[in-house]
Amino acid sequence: MIPEYLMPVVTAILYIVLAPLLGGLICGIDRKVTARMQGRVGPPILQPFYDVAKLFEKENPVVTVAQNAYVLSYLVFMAVAGALFFAGNDMLLVIFAFTLSHIFLVLGAYSSYSPYSHVGAERELLQIIAYEPMIILTAVGMYMVTKSFFVSAIATSGIPIIFYLPGVFIGYLMVLTIKLRKSPFDLSTSHHAHQEIVKGVTTDFAGPNLAKIEIAHWYEYVFLLGVIWLFFAWSPLIAIVVIVVAYFVEILIDNTFARVKWQLMLRSSWIIAGMLGLVNLGVLYYLKLVVPS
Amino acid sequence: MTYLAKSPWIVHYNGSSCNGCDIEILAALTPVFDVERFGIINTGNPKHADILLVTGSVNSQNREPLKNVYDQIPDPKVVVAIGICATSGGIFRECYNVYGGTDTTIPVDVYVPGCAARPESIIDGVVKALGILEEKRKKIQEKAGEPLKAGGAV
Repeated sequence: MIPEYLMPVVTAILYIVLAPLLGGLICGIDRKVTARMQGRVGPPILQPFYDVAKLFEKENPVVTVAQNAYVLSYLVFMAVAGALFFAGNDMLLVIFAFTLSHIFLVLGAYSSYSPYSHVGAERELLQIIAYEPMIILTAVGMYMVTKSFFVSAIATSGIPIIFYLPGVFIGYLMVLTIKLRKSPFDLSTSHHAHQEIVKGVTTDFAGPNLAKIEIAHWYEYVFLLGVIWLFFAWSPLIAIVVIVVAYFVEILIDNTFARVKWQLMLRSSWIIAGMLGLVNLGVLYYLKLVVPS
Repeated sequence: MTYLAKSPWIVHYNGSSCNGCDIEILAALTPVFDVERFGIINTGNPKHADILLVTGSVNSQNREPLKNVYDQIPDPKVVVAIGICATSGGIFRECYNVYGGTDTTIPVDVYVPGCAARPESIIDGVVKALGILEEKRKKIQEKAGEPLKAGGAV
């Protein structure tokens, strides 16, 4: 068997190898379910893989050479963030790497000269501002419950975290809509055949660079769903069911809502983070004072 | 193995069309025809596209934008002229400001005549374009391979 001290390395490597496969598959199922909801047959489940393979066959026209570096950094830091998470590392470090990767995407979009790309980059920044507080609150909430920021400790604590943090969980689902680039919050760029301001943050990326952004997004899928797992880590079966249901609800919301303006996205996500997240943490703090464990 | 034919992304440029052909292109995306079955996506961004669909005749106003859109599509790419106006200028070809069909400005690979072109024939035209797309990819690959061969001979 694998010795204990090597386990984080093994899980991190497994994540780096398997996450794109799993993420691409989730993306394919997503497109199929979306098509069925719209009364269409939809593309094959493996369509996202065909798309990415095709993009690697295309020419790579770059506006500025810096774009290549930024896109590569986006992909690498996204993989690092997820690998740190699955290696059981510090949750805060994971969140910082995760945010940094998106900053690279924004820089890449800003480095071109297209006004559409710039609008997309601004909107991506607004999305980061919108979801960041809630992501941090999720980590803080888990610390309050399990007394550790380490993913390995949180996952093996055996505490049913969801019962302590229901508000934080709902808040997390809310920012998940932003992170998965689903309507009503797909402002910076969106999936499928949706269009908004040309293609937002990805406007000036083509061919292999676009493929790298897509692969980074697959890594992101698995990482984000992994955070849902943490809420239910004491029971893997329930965790898997909740992840499937949560993702289905995201697709349903995607297909039933129109895109909102950025003001509403920012306001609503901060209000939800404040109302559900902070109040949840406040109640938890109060209960810990009243009922010392 | 090539994946171009499995995931052709489309960008649609409306030259000076009456919207008849444009509606038919959009009809191909609806549940009745559902071209996403074949991985076809209407991107709206030339930099993501493989196939350029042009509707309407080319006139002095839209000539430069059309060239611009064509130049921004990464290779390999194909152009499909949809409707009789994009094919030859149609009833507008005698107008003082009209150059004629799409091929007066950019190279066209497939012509889909009709007024308006039916969604079935548009899909047929795109499928024909896929074959040409694959040929073009092979040519580009061979071209890229040439300097390597020359280096090997020395």
